[in-house]
Formats: sequence, structure tokens, C-alpha cells
Amino acid sequence: MTHSSPSTSPKSGIVTWLRQNLFSTWYNSLLTVICLVGLFLGLRGLLVWAIAQAQWGVIAANLPLFFVGRYPDESYWRLWIVLGIILTLIGISWGINQRSERLFNRPVLVAAGVVAVVILFLPLALVPRLWLLAMLLLLLAGTGLGNRFAAQGNWLYLAWLLSFPIILWLIAGGLGWESVESDRWTGLLLTLLTAVVSIVLSFPIGVLLALGRQSQLPVVRLLSILYIEIVRGLPLIGILFLALVMLPLFLPAGVQWDRVVRAIAGLTLFSAAYLAENVRGGLQAVPPGQVEAAKALGLKSPLITMLIVLPQALKAVIPALVGQFIGLFKNTSLLSLVGLVELVGISRSILANPNYLGRYAEVYLFVGVIYWIFCYGMSFASRRLEKKLNIE
Amino acid sequence: MTTESPIPIWRDERFWRVAAQAIAVIITIAIVSLLLVNLDRNLQRLGIEFGFEFLGLRASFDIAETPIEYNPSSSYIRALMVGLINSLRVAIAGIVLTTIVGVTVGIARLSDNWLVRNLALVYVEILRNTPLLLQLLFWYFVIFLRGQQGLTQLPGSAYLSPSGLVLPWLQATPATGIWLVLLLGGIVIAAFLWRWRIRIRLEQGVPGRQLWWALGVIALAALIAALLTRSLPFVFDLPQFVGKNRIQGGLRLSLEFAALLMGLTLYTAAFIAEIVRAGIQSVPKGQWEAARSLGLKPGLVMRLVIFPQALRVIIPPLNSEYLNLWKNSSLAIAIGYPDVYFVASTTFNQTGKAVEVMLLLAITYLGISLIISLLMNLLNKTLTTGN
Repeated sequence: MTHSSPSTSPKSGIVTWLRQNLFSTWYNSLLTVICLVGLFLGLRGLLVWAIAQAQWGVIAANLPLFFVGRYPDESYWRLWIVLGIILTLIGISWGINQRSERLFNRPVLVAAGVVAVVILFLPLALVPRLWLLAMLLLLLAGTGLGNRFAAQGNWLYLAWLLSFPIILWLIAGGLGWESVESDRWTGLLLTLLTAVVSIVLSFPIGVLLALGRQSQLPVVRLLSILYIEIVRGLPLIGILFLALVMLPLFLPAGVQWDRVVRAIAGLTLFSAAYLAENVRGGLQAVPPGQVEAAKALGLKSPLITMLIVLPQALKAVIPALVGQFIGLFKNTSLLSLVGLVELVGISRSILANPNYLGRYAEVYLFVGVIYWIFCYGMSFASRRLEKKLNIE
Repeated sequence: MTTESPIPIWRDERFWRVAAQAIAVIITIAIVSLLLVNLDRNLQRLGIEFGFEFLGLRASFDIAETPIEYNPSSSYIRALMVGLINSLRVAIAGIVLTTIVGVTVGIARLSDNWLVRNLALVYVEILRNTPLLLQLLFWYFVIFLRGQQGLTQLPGSAYLSPSGLVLPWLQATPATGIWLVLLLGGIVIAAFLWRWRIRIRLEQGVPGRQLWWALGVIALAALIAALLTRSLPFVFDLPQFVGKNRIQGGLRLSLEFAALLMGLTLYTAAFIAEIVRAGIQSVPKGQWEAARSLGLKPGLVMRLVIFPQALRVIIPPLNSEYLNLWKNSSLAIAIGYPDVYFVASTTFNQTGKAVEVMLLLAITYLGISLIISLLMNLLNKTLTTGN
């Protein structure tokens, strides 16, 4: 009994773990050593650079520019309210999603407390810190609300739908508020706006195209295939060029579309073709017996598609759809090449400022982290959703 | 005689089939003709005439990288050709390199070494979740543009210099031709011998030793070539430092080309790695167990049993990654590499021929995409039918 003192047992656990996972064979040991040396050199170089050489002043000085670009200062509060609405809705959705579990256990509360303290000590002015705290409270309140009233979950869709025009009104102004021209919507604000609107719009078009491609009607099928294959054969930058530079040529003289609207049109048309191919994969995965059974029940074909085929098809391709949405989000960066100042565009204009000449590494790393958080967040959420749907 | 009441037309499915298609055609024609009428009016208003005559005119702009002969007095069509060749150069090199990197990372994702597995995961998650454009800007402005500030020596006697990235390379000698012919002959004979030995093994049940026969013939060919030419097939061409930021010899890649190739390769490799991992994981566990219980060694299990089955799952998405790489090469314009999109865009700026330039671009991109797809389908067919 005295042979195994409690202090050695975790240690031997670590040793076995190391033996099994890092040093199982001679070539595994070699690989481990090479990786460790490489990792050490790389991380040391990065740390030395980040602490000693990098001049992070360029980020601190331009922080509002990255997020909201040239949006007028005096109207920032409108964007904070937009963020508040979105976070509340996200909280409610999350709360409904987790209805079977107990929220607000100790780890969650501790995490929220830590975040609150971090926000309080961020190197920002007082007002944004207070706003951030309010955002955290709204998120928590939304989660609690969603969890409490999960039974009324169907109202959530309506809330999301209604929130959209309100958000647009808050951003653009008008109708009693001072309006903000669309060329002042820049930075992350423009990235998010174009990405979300294009994602939402491309979804129905993509589904229609996929259905058209699977249709029994030869003409409809041919037209869908033509559209999908031509768009998929072209680079996005070409399509954006078409939408931003050439579209005026195809419109009647005097008709002027806003540049943001044209960019969204280009992104939507591009994304719909790819989405159609993803949805087609799902349509093909629905067993034919489902359609036959529905016909035997006497359902008409539009109803069969709406109630039987599409729900199963879309559920089967959730990972591909989320991948597509992440791709679209990343692709909004191409707007900077056709003259819109979104996140990459604003970094390029900051770098063109003589005060920040040559600060490429700092700016691009910072912007990369912003993109990464959004993309990784989306793929993380989709994995959770997928797991949940598989269990149900 | 009772007359059967005919089905009312709005309940007749055949009617609706025709009607729906007619409506689709009418709507499409209406939209397209509306757009074309507008285009015609706008072009008339702007005084632009449709036509491809401008292609023969003097381009009068310079291109930084010209694999074929070109100068500002060449025609636009020549300039576009230069751009197309530049695009193809980066796309072909990128496809080869990204396959190598992607397959390596994909297999590393399944390694039983915890560190290797997780490093591969970190690589994939970072590269996949940031925009390619940002990565290209990073490679060009942060990494490769350092070359312009002076000479840097990299490991493996490569140099980053103001005139580009200089890598050690192989240089052909007069003996290269003889070596090539003899080695090719050896490989052809080896292939025949391989088949013959396998037939003997199958028919007579004796050990075939086909690998030894084949290697023997190729070694013999190499020996003859060495005796004939009394030299190696090529010489190593190491970059030489000749003072004052100048380097001689080696393979010289422009900074733009190097950055674009690096960005495209590493970005696409992250996606290919996931495809390879998913493909290998799609092979049922029973296949591994069955192969091992037959006594196959781990390397052979992978090569003979798992990989051929995984390939069927891997090739279709791999095709679309190659297509993505080809289309993404158009981002070259962000870092100033003169690819076909860059040249076309300059052509448009000079001539104002938006419609014509766009048509040419569309045909070029669609055509190359089609060729890549055809090649990959061919590969898929050969591999999955086992020929």
C-alpha cells in the first residue's frame, strides 16, 4: 500500500501519456524533437518581435477606424444599439438552444465575471468600456430570457426578421434620424453588413437554382446548369468587376445603384451558384422513397418539395452550407480591390498614411485575428448545431 | 354514349409543364434583351463601338514579367498572352506544390504523434479561417518585400534579393539529353518486364521479384548513360554572391511570383489537408483490421488497401480545390503580379472596352477550368476503374 504514494501516480500518468503520444517509436521521437525545436524557434521569434520590435501604436490609434471606419463619431451610439440588438438575439437563440441544460452554473458565471473585469481594464476610453459592459449584460440577459421562455421559441424567427430593417434603419439613418451616406459605412461594419445581407439573399436563390437543376423540366434545368457552371467558372474578382464597373452599362441611363448595393448583388449572384451545388448534394441524398411516400399520401409537388425534400436535404448539408458562408465572409475582402473600404480596405488606407508606413505586420496580424474569430466562431457553432441535430 | 368531361386545362399537369418552361424562357429572354438593349444604348451614348479590333493595336504599357518576348510596342493580344502564361505558370506550380503540402498535412492530421497532429490542426485552422487576400498581402508586404531592402541569406543557400527570390536549382548540361533518352527507355522496358514478371508469378506460382527486375533495368540504363557521357545528368546551380546585393546563377523568382505562389499553395493546402483526412477516415475501420490481419505491414496497408479506396472520395473535391486555386490566382492584382486578370484590367483602363475584355476573360477562365476538370475526370476514371 505504501508503494504507490499519491504524488507519483499522476507523474507516472504523464510519463505514460508522453510515451504513448510523443515517443512511441524512434521516428515518432525524432518527429517530436524536430517539431519542438521548430516550435520553440518560431514562438521565440514571434514573441521577440511582438514585444521588442512591433509598434502596436498603429492599432491603438486606429481602433475605431478598423471597426466602424469613417462612420461619424456622434452617431456611434446607434451602432452600439445595433450590436446590443444582435447580441440580445444571439443570447436568446443560445438560451433556447440550451433549454434542456442548466445555464448560469458556476463556470459560466465566473467566465462572465472575468470578461467583465477584463473589459473594465481594457486600454480604452471610459464610454466604450461602459458600452461593452452593457453588451455583456444584454448577452447574459438574452440567454436567461431565452432559457426561461423557450416554449415561445417560434417568435424568435419573427424577432430576427424584424430586427433586420430596424438595424438597417439604425445604420443608415433617415426617417427622423440624421442619415449616414453609404460611402461612410466602412471597416468591419461594411464587411459584416455585406456578408450578412449576401448570405441571407443568396440562400433562397441558391435553393431555387438547385431545385431548377434537379427539375424534370428540361428548359429550366438547362438554364440553371448554364447559370451555375458559368458563374462557378469565373473568379469572384471578375464578377465584382462586372457588378461595380459594368453594371451601370446594363442599366437604363440615369439609374444609379448605390455601390454597396452593387457589391452585395455581385456577392449574392456569385455565392448562389456555389450554394446551389451544395444544396444539390443534399437533394441527391434524400432517398427517392420519401418522395414516393409523399405522393402516395396525396401531397402536391410544391408541398412535397417544401415539407419533405428540402428539410431533409438542407439538414444533410449544414456543414457544407456553413463552409460556404464562411467562404463568403472571407470573400468580402475582395471588395477592397474594387474600391470599397471594408476591413482589408481600411487597413490598406491606414497603411498608406505616412505616419504608419511599413507597419504591415502589425496591421495584417490584427485584421487576420478579427477575421479568424468570426470564421472560427461560425464553424464552431455549426459543429455544435450539427451534433444537436444528429442527436435529435 | 357518354362524353367524358375533359380535364380542365388548369388541372392538367402536362399543360403546366409546358407553361412553366415557356414562362422561364420568356422571363430569361426578357431580362437578357432588356440588359442588352440598355447596353447598346449606353455604348452609343458613350460613343464606344463593340469590336475586337483593338486587340491588334499597340499596347504601350510595360509588363514586369515576360516569359515570352514582349515590349510596349507589342499588341494587346500579345500582352494578354503574356498574362495568360504568367497565370498558368503560377497555377501549375501552385497545383503541384499544394498537393504535396496538402497531402502531407492531411496525413499529419491523423498521426499518432500528439504534437504533429495538433500542429497540423493549428495550421489548418489558421489558414482556413482567414481570407486569402489578407494572406497574400501578408506574404508580399511583410515577408517577401524585405528583399527590396537588401540581401538576406536564407537556409539552404537561397537568397532573398532586390531582384527576387533566388533558389538553388538544377542546370541542364549537354549530357542531359542522352540521360533522359536512356532513362526513359529503361523505364519503358521496366514497365514491360514488370507486367511479364507479374504474369509469371500469377501463372506459375513462383516469386515474381518484379521490383528487382524493374529497378535492375533502370539502374542498367543509368549505368550506360554514365559510361557514355562520363558526367552527371545535370549540375547543381547554386546561387553565388557576387557583391553589392547581386546574386548570380540559381533559379530566380520575382518577389511577386514568390509571394503569390506561397500564398496560394499554403492556403489551398489547408483545404486539401482536410479533404485527404476526411478521405482516409471515410475508409471503414474493418478495412484496416482486415489488411492487418492478413499480415500486411503498416506502410503496405496504407498503400495497397486504404489509399486506393480513399482516393475515390478525395478526387472530386480535390478537383474543385484545383479550380479554386486557378480562379484565386486572379488575386495577383493585389500584389502586382502581371497575371491575365491584371493585364486585362490594364487593357480595359486604356481602351475602355469593358464588354470585350470581360468576354475574353470569361472565356479564358472558363476554358482553363474546363481543362482542369476534364483532366481530373480522366484521372478519376482511370483510378476508380482500376486501369
